Amino acid sequence: MNLPAPKPACRPLLRMIALARPRTTRFVLGVLLGALATGAGVGLLSVSAWLLATAATHPPITALGVAVVATRALGVTRGVARYLERLVTHDAAFRTLAEVRVRVYERLARSEPVRRFRSGDLVSRLVNDTDATQDLLVRGLTPPLSALAVGSAVVLLSTVLFVPGGLLLAAGLLLGGLAVPLFAAALGRTSGRHQAAARGELSSALVDTLYGAPDLVAYGAMEQAVRRVERADAELTRLARRDAAVLGLGTGASALVAGLTVWATLLLGVAAVAGGTLDAIAFAVVVLTALAAFEIVAPLPAVAAKLEAIRTAGARLFDVLDTEPEVKAAAAPEQSGLPDQAATLRVRDLRVRYGPDEPWALDGVDLDLAPGKRIAVLGPSGSGKSTLASVLFRFRDPDAGTVTLDGADITDYPVDEVRRLISGVPQDPHIFASTLRENLRLARPGADDAELWAALERARLADDIRATMPDGLDTEVGAHGARLSGGMRQRLALARALLAQPRILVLDEPTAHLDPDTRDAVLDDLLAASAGYATLLITHDLARLEEMDEIYVIVDGRVVQRGSHDELLAEKGWYRNAHGLGDPPRGGLRAVR
Amino acid sequence: MKPLDPRLVRTASAVRVHLAVTVLCGVATTGLVLAQAWLIARVISGAAAGEGLTELSWAIAAVAAIALGRAAVSYGTEAAALHSAARAKSQLRRRLIAHVTGVAVPGSPEPPRGGPAPGPVWLSGASGPADGEGTGTPRAGELATLATRGLDALDDYFARYLPQLVLAVLVPLAVLAVVAQADWISALVIALTLPLIPIFMALVGWHTQARTQRQWRLLNRLGGHFLDVVEGLPTLAVFRRAKAQAAIIRRITDEHRHATMGTLRIAFLSALVLELLSTIAVALVAVEIGLRLMYGLLDYQTALLVLILAPEAYLPLREVGARFHASMEGVAAAEQVFAVLDERADQARTQPEADSAPARETASRALVRPCLDNGCTAPQIRFANVSLTYPGRNLPALSQVSLVIRPGQRLLLTGPSGSGKSSLLALLLGFVEPTEGAILVERPGGTGSAPLSHIPADLWRQLIAWVPQHPYLFDTTVLENIRLGKPEASVAEVRRAAELAEAHDFISTLPLGYGTRLGERGTRLSAGQRQRIALARAFLRDAPIVLLDEPTAHLDPDHAAAVRRAVARLLEGRTGVIVAHDTGWSELVDETVHLAGGRIGAPL
Repeated sequence: MNLPAPKPACRPLLRMIALARPRTTRFVLGVLLGALATGAGVGLLSVSAWLLATAATHPPITALGVAVVATRALGVTRGVARYLERLVTHDAAFRTLAEVRVRVYERLARSEPVRRFRSGDLVSRLVNDTDATQDLLVRGLTPPLSALAVGSAVVLLSTVLFVPGGLLLAAGLLLGGLAVPLFAAALGRTSGRHQAAARGELSSALVDTLYGAPDLVAYGAMEQAVRRVERADAELTRLARRDAAVLGLGTGASALVAGLTVWATLLLGVAAVAGGTLDAIAFAVVVLTALAAFEIVAPLPAVAAKLEAIRTAGARLFDVLDTEPEVKAAAAPEQSGLPDQAATLRVRDLRVRYGPDEPWALDGVDLDLAPGKRIAVLGPSGSGKSTLASVLFRFRDPDAGTVTLDGADITDYPVDEVRRLISGVPQDPHIFASTLRENLRLARPGADDAELWAALERARLADDIRATMPDGLDTEVGAHGARLSGGMRQRLALARALLAQPRILVLDEPTAHLDPDTRDAVLDDLLAASAGYATLLITHDLARLEEMDEIYVIVDGRVVQRGSHDELLAEKGWYRNAHGLGDPPRGGLRAVR
Repeated sequence: MKPLDPRLVRTASAVRVHLAVTVLCGVATTGLVLAQAWLIARVISGAAAGEGLTELSWAIAAVAAIALGRAAVSYGTEAAALHSAARAKSQLRRRLIAHVTGVAVPGSPEPPRGGPAPGPVWLSGASGPADGEGTGTPRAGELATLATRGLDALDDYFARYLPQLVLAVLVPLAVLAVVAQADWISALVIALTLPLIPIFMALVGWHTQARTQRQWRLLNRLGGHFLDVVEGLPTLAVFRRAKAQAAIIRRITDEHRHATMGTLRIAFLSALVLELLSTIAVALVAVEIGLRLMYGLLDYQTALLVLILAPEAYLPLREVGARFHASMEGVAAAEQVFAVLDERADQARTQPEADSAPARETASRALVRPCLDNGCTAPQIRFANVSLTYPGRNLPALSQVSLVIRPGQRLLLTGPSGSGKSSLLALLLGFVEPTEGAILVERPGGTGSAPLSHIPADLWRQLIAWVPQHPYLFDTTVLENIRLGKPEASVAEVRRAAELAEAHDFISTLPLGYGTRLGERGTRLSAGQRQRIALARAFLRDAPIVLLDEPTAHLDPDHAAAVRRAVARLLEGRTGVIVAHDTGWSELVDETVHLAGGRIGAPL
């Protein structure tokens, strides 16, 4: 997307238009219908003015015939054209939306922006920003283009009848349709900037008071918190009241421009009629046309404000889309030299960091996983464990070092080839708002019900489903699997991973957010289900580690200890300390196990 | 949904002022519209009759004056409306906060209903504190959004919708009155078509409502799909389904379009009726006066006046129609606020406040006061057959619990999820009250006792330091966060508390140390660090009773060890209740109580 950028402020809008690649025919049709609707409204008054002015001269009735028909036709045209315009532009906008969503999605899917997906708010904002593109067409572009078309036509008509009147109208429409909306939008922007800090403070005070309510009440600090909300509210209200005086200026200016244009037309017109350079009939038409013409620019101040919001959305959207992919495109898509059978995973001197100035998240990690073995990667939060999972899932490339499967470097193969062999449960696995069946078949699209039930059995979820869900596999699980308990969600994610039948099963914090009872039960089932798989369990807690063939302790991106549970307990170090954490200052507790 | 909610008018005094100003401005606008039309008709017909600038200059000058006047009134209407909107929003916001928190807000027109504060209902709310769940109400986010962005929708309602609504009543009537005097046939046409507009719009709306609502439900479902897929992108990638989804997005969005267009084809009909009726009426009037003018039944100036005024009669109606939906968002937000306020009132009625007879209160104060003043050990707490059932639940969270917590005793409460451990803490904190049985507070040595419900909750909580499972950190400095329960504490005291809580070291590494602002919900810190800030709060509070809810759940071993050391220190010389899943705490406590299904089970 290398559009020339006239000035940075407009760039997001132009890029959004390019992203939308609007359905030109439908879009132009919509603009023309819009112009026709507005034009019919103005024309109705112009033709009526001609009708009256001519009738006042008491001509024969035949002189009025055309005008009478035209008046009635214009009366019907406006409503019908407006209706069609709205249908056509909305249809075009929805078609565009489908395109834009697919394009944004494909861009996201290509760059696997895992780091950006940490916050749910961020994702929903991204989705809203994508959808703002359709607003750009319906509410941002169609009205000004329609106004331009019909405005030019009306000015042309006036100029033909009375040159000074046409020039006046042109000036008035430009002021009312361009200068005033831009001026009003600038006022709104300034006021928004003024209020932004106060708004932020109010919002944060409210969030603190409402979410922190139990803590506040328990510590007798609720009143203080409410006073803070009050102060923030008072400040915001003060600013809003002050800005109200300024924000009304736009509306006032619109009315002033319209009124003065009509006034000046009257002034010049009367002089011209008296001077004999303007026909009295044309004078009536020019004045009433000028009176009606400001309907053309009436919607534009709202458009200017809307464009401002859409521009902001666009800037945010491209901010995300422009970020470099974290995985290079695979060198050889056709090549399939990866071992199809059980393979040995070997990680050598793996180093990853999230930016040139950031510390190493993984700083020279070596790791081996032989077929059928189970290893755990253990460490405190922030130690780099999940970065390891990101590399194995091919969400990002290593900055240095190698990851090989039976000697084949995984970065030499298309990402999906690697994921055929290495799969599992990513951190915070997503449960889609669909049925159990659809959620499972994600991992193996052709699977029949028997296979799905078998996977559920292995994840020990089948009995729960039979007991509590009469619809079985057709049960809708709700957004984010809200209708399932935390344990059920993790088991579903596990069943899905088993269906994928990878050679190497990577489980990234599969028991996070579970209470200890559920955690232990899920871990037991998980270990039973993964029997026979080469399994890599990433975890921060110590439960069930005695079942693992080998444990790697990672602290600050380095492997500080490596060995079986018993070996590690026998040596001095992090692992033993973690288990002996009971040593209280007064020496009460000893090792837990 | 009513165009003007009477509750809105009653509640916010700003709204009443605004209505008066708006009507006044509306009257002025109407007058100016009529005057402008008459003047323009006068000038055009005068010019046609051969009058020049000298004869018409007064009328032309008056048109200029009217242009200025209309601009001034437009400006005034909008500025006043935004001004009122700011005040009304503030008033509604304050009422909302006052009701939800139970703290009276001076700026709100009515204090929370009757007597003692209606109580923080969010605490004993329908969901109740479940084990492993976070603090706060599930609706906290919704309420925060409503009080900020939700209420902002009132701006449009006040500044754009209400003034047009007033004009939609005033202008057509005034126009009709003037036109009737000029030309009764035109007046008849307008008088017949005007009422048709609301009637037809209501008919179309009524006819399509059911269908539209069905469609909106479908739209919501389809609309969420894209968000769902983008959120699930990492999961899709792991299963090699990321690329295949693009086609599905296109298909679903197309379905969305089909469904929406079906709805819109009908929804836009009401606008079609509005536009058709108003323009056809103007066309009819124009032709009719044109013919009468030609036959000499009408003079030119009158005909022009009628022509200019006819569209003005319909303009405000069209504007109201165009702004209806945007403005209704404001009304909807206000209705949501009222729904919250009503809900609180209902609950306050169904759950009568604890008896607070002054005499009993004095007696119960006597139990707590000495401890606060002299720093004695805590009173003894006795649970006598306590049961607790949350409103709207069938199963009790606790049933028939009898338990004595002696001063200085350290008690471990264990049990699986949902066994009632957190509910027991909620009872001790006075967040909820027993549905059966009583919690008795007894002076050490058995020299007096009172039910907990008779002791003012604020007073009682001064005896307690609570470390919740997910402590809430505020978007203020570290210092302010630790000082939560003791705002007057010195920096040295805060530092001492942080040292005891093993928090001083990591606080020192923050960019501004104790002056570092923690960001929304303390996102700057890890779970273990947050836990230690909460422990520092408890140390600073220096209360005789400490309640700890799962202090080390979900912490990695390094953090858990630090928290455990701090907890051991905190329990020294205090009454302590620790809620935990595991029995790893047993060496720190005097007694272990096992809860299962809301009952006390066999001790482990």
